[in-house]
Amino acid sequence: MTAPSACALIQPKEYKSGVKPVWCPGCGDFGVLGSITKALSGLQIRPENAAIISGIGCSSRMPTYLSTYGFHGVHGRALALATGLKVARPDLTVIATGGDGDGFSIGGNHFMHTCRRNPDMTYIVMDNQVYGMTKGQASPTTEPNWEKGKLTPGGTGINPFQPLVIALASGANFIARCSSADSNGTARVIMEAIRHPGFSLVQILSPCVTFRPEQREWKNMLIPAPVVATSDPAQAARRLLTDEGLFTGILYVGNRPAYQPTLEASIDDVAKLDEEFQL
Amino acid sequence: MSDSINNPARTIGSTEELLAYSLALETEAVERFNDLADQMETHHNYEVADLFRKLAKIEGLHIENVNQAATGKQLPSLLAWEFEWDDGESPEGGAMQDAHYLMQPWHAIELAMQGEKRAVAFFRHVAETTSDDKVLKMALELVEEEEEHVALLQQWQERFPKPDDGWDEDLDPPAMLE
Repeated sequence: MTAPSACALIQPKEYKSGVKPVWCPGCGDFGVLGSITKALSGLQIRPENAAIISGIGCSSRMPTYLSTYGFHGVHGRALALATGLKVARPDLTVIATGGDGDGFSIGGNHFMHTCRRNPDMTYIVMDNQVYGMTKGQASPTTEPNWEKGKLTPGGTGINPFQPLVIALASGANFIARCSSADSNGTARVIMEAIRHPGFSLVQILSPCVTFRPEQREWKNMLIPAPVVATSDPAQAARRLLTDEGLFTGILYVGNRPAYQPTLEASIDDVAKLDEEFQL
Repeated sequence: MSDSINNPARTIGSTEELLAYSLALETEAVERFNDLADQMETHHNYEVADLFRKLAKIEGLHIENVNQAATGKQLPSLLAWEFEWDDGESPEGGAMQDAHYLMQPWHAIELAMQGEKRAVAFFRHVAETTSDDKVLKMALELVEEEEEHVALLQQWQERFPKPDDGWDEDLDPPAMLE
C-alpha cells in the first residue's frame, strides 16, 4: 500500500453506488456490504464486470448500494435470474444476494436446484432467522422455540432449515459460514468463494437488531472452525450436522465441474422456435 | 458498547509497516464515521449525523498526517484481511452494530472514544513488542496522539448528560410488530 493518492487500484469504497442504505442502524447487512466491496477490491474486478442479483427483502436491497451491474428481482428468484445471466454472460462475475426467507423459503426450490446445477457464481445469504422487512415473522431458519413472532405464538415448533447441509447434499461446490461482525474475515471468504469454480454458498449470520436484538450477541458466540476445509462430502456432512451453526470459515471445497452450456445451439433452437410463431 | 483491547497478532518490524497499519486504521475510521452519519441522516437523527460527519473530518486530517509521514516511503500493500488485528477488525473500524437510530450525541462520542481507546492499546502493544527503535519512537508518538483524542472526546462528552435507561424506547416505532 502506498499513500492513497498515488494508488491506482480500485479501492473498496469505489464499489459503493453512493445511495445511502435504508437498513436500520446496527443492522449486520452494513458489514456485509463492506465485505463485498473489500472482496471485489481484493480481486480487482472492475464494476462493469460484475453483477449483483437479488430477490426481495432487506438484504436484497444490496444491488442498489453497489456500483456494479445489478438486478433487484422477484421474491425468491435471485438464483434463477443469476443462473440465466451467468449462462448468457459467462465472462461476468455473478453474485446473488438475499436473506434466509427469500433464499430458503420462497426461493427454496431454486436454491436446491442451483446447488445441483452448479453454475459458476456466488450466493451470499444474510441469515437473520427472521422476516425483517415484513416486521418480524419466523423464517425457515428460525429456531422452533422463538416466541416473539405474532404469527407463531409459542414458536414454530418445527426444525429449522439447515442451508449448509442441504447445499452439500444438493451439490454446491463451496460452502462457508461467516459473521457480519467480522467484516474483514468475511471479505476474505467471499473472495475465495468468487474464485472457486462452481456454485459457492456463503451463509453470513447478520443480526436483525430490530426484531432479533438478542442476535447482537452473535459476535461473541461465533468461533472460527477448528478444522481446515474438507473436500470430502461425507466428512463435511458430519461436521455440518454437529457444529450447532456456530463455526465460521470455509467448511467445504468441492471439485465438481461448473455448469456452463454452450450458447450457439440454444440460439439456433430459439430461432427455430420463433419460426413456429410466424403468422 | 465494546471496549475490548485490539492488538496485532504479531510484532511490527518497520516504520513502513506501522504507517500502513496506521493508514488503514484512520481510513477505516473515516469510512465508518461517514457510514454512521449516512445512517443517522436516513433515520432523521440529524444532530448525531452532524457529529459523526465532524468525527469523519477529524479522522481525515489524521490520514493527511500519516500520508505526510509516509512521503518517500514504500508502504507494504496489504488487503483488508491481511492486517493482523487481534479480532479481525481495525481498532477504529468496528462497532457498527452499536449504532441505534435513537442514539444521542453522548452515545456517538462514547462509540468514538472506545475506538480511540482501542487505537491507544494497539499502538502501545506495538511499542511494547517491537525491537526496532524507529518503530518504538513512532508507536509512542501515535500512542500520545491517540491519548489526546481520548482526552478531547472526554471533554466533548462532558457537555452532554448521560442518557437515562430507556433512551432507546420509541413510543411510535417505525417498525412495530403487527
